Amino acid sequence: MGSVQYGEVAAYRSVARRRANRRRDLEGKIVRWMFFLCAVASILTTVGIVFSLASQAVAFFREVPPWVFLTGTRWAPILVPQSFGVLPLVAGTLLVSVLAGLVAIPVGLATAIFLAEYAPDRVRRIIKPTLEVLAGIPTVVYGYFALTFVTPQLQKLIPDLLIFNALSAGLVMGIMIIPMVSSLSEDAMVAVPRSLREAAYGLGATRLEVTLRVVVPAALSGIVAAFILGLSRAIGETMLVTIAAGATPNLTANPLESIQTMTAYVVQLSLGEAPHGSIEYNTIFAVGLLLFCITLGMNIIGHWIVRRWREQY
Amino acid sequence: MSASGEMFQRRTQLRRGLGGVFYVIFLMAVCVGILGLVVLLARVLVEGIPWLSLHLFTDYPSRHPEQAGLKSAMMGTVWIMGLTALFTVPVGVSSAIYLEEYAPKNWLTRLIEVNISNLAGVPSIVYGLLGLALFVQFMAMGRSLLAGALTLSLLVLPIVILASREAIRAVPDTYRQVGYALGADQWQVIKGIVLPSALPGILTGTILALSRAIGEAAPVIAISALVYLTFVPTDPLDRFTVLPIQIYNWVSRPQDDFRGLAAAGIIVLLVILLSMNALAILLRNRYQIRSEE
Repeated sequence: MGSVQYGEVAAYRSVARRRANRRRDLEGKIVRWMFFLCAVASILTTVGIVFSLASQAVAFFREVPPWVFLTGTRWAPILVPQSFGVLPLVAGTLLVSVLAGLVAIPVGLATAIFLAEYAPDRVRRIIKPTLEVLAGIPTVVYGYFALTFVTPQLQKLIPDLLIFNALSAGLVMGIMIIPMVSSLSEDAMVAVPRSLREAAYGLGATRLEVTLRVVVPAALSGIVAAFILGLSRAIGETMLVTIAAGATPNLTANPLESIQTMTAYVVQLSLGEAPHGSIEYNTIFAVGLLLFCITLGMNIIGHWIVRRWREQY
Repeated sequence: MSASGEMFQRRTQLRRGLGGVFYVIFLMAVCVGILGLVVLLARVLVEGIPWLSLHLFTDYPSRHPEQAGLKSAMMGTVWIMGLTALFTVPVGVSSAIYLEEYAPKNWLTRLIEVNISNLAGVPSIVYGLLGLALFVQFMAMGRSLLAGALTLSLLVLPIVILASREAIRAVPDTYRQVGYALGADQWQVIKGIVLPSALPGILTGTILALSRAIGEAAPVIAISALVYLTFVPTDPLDRFTVLPIQIYNWVSRPQDDFRGLAAAGIIVLLVILLSMNALAILLRNRYQIRSEE
């Protein structure tokens, strides 16, 4: 091959390479933009939730002032006379959630303490997956359990108990959120450095004293956040309370009565026959918006507590 | 021994004794959780096994317990699982790639991350309302499989993103540097090195996300608005029902026979979930072995 032809081939090769490089650059840029848009989709989801809830709820609030909605004590949107005070639903939600918290917070924290401070490795390896199974069971199963087993058993102890009541739902819901409280608290406790524990042991403390007076106070922000996030989960839970707690809006603190939670109401109306666009239909968005604000607020507070009060080591 | 020495001995015994008492208390607390699980499963098995039969899978729901089956619910679940995977995996994995490989540490990235963790805590029924307003009404998809699948894919998106990010993060940086040293650009490194290595972890996360999705009843009720369906969907715009909703339908009926049917349905659902989780764990174990090579 002559030197001229060699030069032509070399020139062609470098042009082709530049073209390939440019195409690769373009492909890289397009791909990067696509990925960026997907990541932004999460923000769009939040915006979508707020927007769709709010726009439908606004239609409701045009007819029922927010003040009446938030402070009224009678919830009867599909009965006559109509009444749109949401407090009975909020009370029902709170009653079940507080009961769940009374079960899950002590048991969850104690479980976390056991797993973090006392359990040998073999025991941990059995217990942790078991708790994860508990967390993975669909909530309809818990509803079935509450209605068909827990309620009859409780009725033997408490004859006044109605079939649909807040107590069974609250107890079973507590069992349901134990894994969440436990694993979040355990994460907080495991993050406490060993040097703190060993300093306490060096001063002659027993294991209990090290746990309760050094580790738990050091991990307190994470533990409190675990409680709040567990409660938030309980507040947002739907199928368990729909099945076991009842469909009777009831402003009460008595766990033996039937109540209706905000979430159960949304299910009830979704399965009902309220025409689209009617005020009864729009109530599910108003209640949904309230539910969203409550759980979002609790989650934000939980994360803020961790950020603000976490001990830096 | 001196007086204060005796006091010290006694107090130490007290402190140690207290430690023993609390050890038992903590142990009992653990047993509460485990006992709850055992009793629940025992109850489901005892009530449900008598009602397990092949005709559960071939019959539609009916007013008569002996003739009732899960056919429409099972097909709906299969459809939903497929469509949800179709929507959530590309978006979730792409988001994870962006956040792990491309994103600069600025306010926008922080906002996206905070957003994702907030979305993970939103109640599932709220996602149902979002789907109702956005997909069913605004985009006029009707109460269809498509609307349900899109809603569920938004619901499980944080799970897919989280699992994918961890899988991508677990790829050792040296792998990437090999790619760069050989002259590849960023996308080539991701496409050819990072993604294939992270694939088992991403797959595991997807399976876990799908197993969460098929257990959800609340958002699907908000979208589909019915619990009793006697046909099988044939295209994405058909109406549908899923297994947890059928279970809910049976639990809500007063006759005792339907409780047994509900328990049988629960067994089917739990077996499906158990298989999926076992598959995910199997994949995770094989993946761990590979990265230790």
